[in-house]
Amino acid sequence: MLAVYLPILYMIILALLFGAGTVFLSHLLGPARPFKVKTQSYECGIPSEGAHYAQTPVKFYVTALLFLVFDLECVFLYPWAVYYRRLGAFGLAEMLIFLLILVVSYVYVWKKGALEWD
Amino acid sequence: MNSLSTYLLISALLFSMGLLGILQRRNLIGMLISVELLLNAANLNFMAFNRFLAHDPVTGQVITLFVMGLAAAEAAIGLSIILALYRKMHSINIEAAQKMKG
Amino acid sequence: MVTFKVILPANDYMAVLPQIVLVSTALLVLMMGVFKKLVNASAPGFTALAGSLLALGCVLFVGHHGAPSSTFGGMVLVDGFSFFLSLVICIIIALTILVSLNYGNFFNCMRTGEYYSLLLMAGVGMIFMATAGNLILLFVALETMSISIYALTGFHKKQLKSSEAALKYFLLGAFGSAFLLYGFAFIYGATGSLDIIKIAGFIKTHPQMLNMKFLVAAFVLTIAGIGFKISMVPFHMWTPDTYEGAPTSVTGFMATGVKAAAFAALIRVILVPLAPMQHSWVTIMWIAAFLTMTVGNIIALVQDNIKRMLAYSSIAHAGYILLGFLAGTGLAQAGMLYYLMVYAFMNIGAFGVVALLCKKGEEYTSISDFAGLGFKYPLLGLVMSVFLFSLAGIPPTGGFMGKFYLFTQALRSGYVWLVVAAGVNSVISIYYYLRVVVVMYFSPQASENSIVLGSVSPGIVIALATAATAVLVMGIFPSYFFSLAGNSIFSLM
Repeated sequence: MLAVYLPILYMIILALLFGAGTVFLSHLLGPARPFKVKTQSYECGIPSEGAHYAQTPVKFYVTALLFLVFDLECVFLYPWAVYYRRLGAFGLAEMLIFLLILVVSYVYVWKKGALEWD
Repeated sequence: MNSLSTYLLISALLFSMGLLGILQRRNLIGMLISVELLLNAANLNFMAFNRFLAHDPVTGQVITLFVMGLAAAEAAIGLSIILALYRKMHSINIEAAQKMKG
Repeated sequence: MVTFKVILPANDYMAVLPQIVLVSTALLVLMMGVFKKLVNASAPGFTALAGSLLALGCVLFVGHHGAPSSTFGGMVLVDGFSFFLSLVICIIIALTILVSLNYGNFFNCMRTGEYYSLLLMAGVGMIFMATAGNLILLFVALETMSISIYALTGFHKKQLKSSEAALKYFLLGAFGSAFLLYGFAFIYGATGSLDIIKIAGFIKTHPQMLNMKFLVAAFVLTIAGIGFKISMVPFHMWTPDTYEGAPTSVTGFMATGVKAAAFAALIRVILVPLAPMQHSWVTIMWIAAFLTMTVGNIIALVQDNIKRMLAYSSIAHAGYILLGFLAGTGLAQAGMLYYLMVYAFMNIGAFGVVALLCKKGEEYTSISDFAGLGFKYPLLGLVMSVFLFSLAGIPPTGGFMGKFYLFTQALRSGYVWLVVAAGVNSVISIYYYLRVVVVMYFSPQASENSIVLGSVSPGIVIALATAATAVLVMGIFPSYFFSLAGNSIFSLM
């Protein structure tokens, strides 16, 4: 019964291995030349104090919001992609209309300047 | 273990956690997260009913996808409102938003 | 592995023609807003107006003839009910745009393409809520409407009040939507379907289901979810703050459009498929209706801000409409629809007058600001009085006939005490509506802070004249409109 879930376990193991592997590899391959000043927690001036977090600029939020919305629209593409052949021209037309609406909102975001970083 | 009531129980727990979060949290981001918990509880219910009871194999899964999309849109609009409010109040505490009363 | 058979639905695109027109206009208007060099600054507003009128024309042109049917695989219902609600909602959108065109002259941030685009999108959501035959579509439509309106509420970007209103509406609205969705999940679990017609059929053939816990939970959660949208007590907390903080043109739209769509959803989801459950909800709904009208009216008595007063009055009106819901008969539902239509005209009218009275960046929303208005601007005073009389339910206005239909139907169904309570409430409400009229005509104009009419565009004149005429016509010749509402109920799927 539980054997059905084995692929999920494989997937988890694979994901963990990949994550750990890349970190390990970057340690292995990346050049590391530590010296005293470099390993200090703060490179110049007086030692740091107070809260160690800083406010994040608003532009990160805007980018994150846009990413969230546009990224999740992909969810609607998957079921269509799975049954692409059987849905045929009708499905394609519907999906094109959907994408057209997305493109309009993309153009809006672009012209509004929300994609500019500065 | 692998029965309908397990899933319903988990989803009810999730729903109660979201409810408690909205009622008791003062941080707006926390409240937003609680709303997402509520929607996910409903999602879990749909999937569970779909798996154990319904004859139609797709409905529950499709509605889950739709709700995910809607939840993202809702989170986006919620965050933008919180951002707009933060620019004026410099706080994300719900107590600060009490200009109108009654 | 289950294989699915893909059945392409035979779609009747004519059934959703108004929605297609509205969406296309919304996208066009959005684009006009960002390509500022190519178009005139006032173009988005007029395009939106044209689009909404075209949609209204489509509703009338397509109309509804013959037997009710469904299309798009049961997603969209084509019946008289859809026709009536689409008509009301298209009228609401057009009137709101007319009011907004003038309001935008005072607040530059309201003239943008986004504003009109969001307005039209919210309208699409409302129409789909009224025509949905499937709970998925109903929920998506509800969210389309709500998300657009959250943004519209916060549209006064420079005012803290507006953002605060948006936040409160968003938090409680999202909360309500989640309840509704959880309720839908239980309906799905109990009946195995999300298609409203299939749900109704299933419940009819399985009467033993009615005592099932799932269905009771589903009912309570759904009522709570929709209760947030129609501001039913105890889910009304957001209403006064949101109505006060939102831009006045949006407030009128919210008060009428959202209410019409949410009541339509209530009839579609609860009254039709769950009708056999009626015995178990009567007590809860009796209390809710009683509290809704009483709390709304009592608190409205002490308000000094006219937007807040109208907000509490809108809570009270939701209570009156719930009377029709309780009575449950076909004629009572027709009374609900008739009332929603009158309510749309009188409330958009009243908020339209409030929206008219503003100068650059400021609004006159205190009731004392209305002092002497009746003499300074006689016509404006007259139309405002018509709207207030209608809201109070004084003949010969549509508001009176609406209440008359609702109360008689509730009496016939045996809710004597509730109708008595509603009558007492109507009498109480006369006090605070007439207070505004008295201030307009009998109190001397304060020398400082005297009200001045800014520029008046022809659009708002048309909107107010239409609304006032409609209120009077619906009061003097009610039978045509009532039979229209009745026909739409009897051809309900």
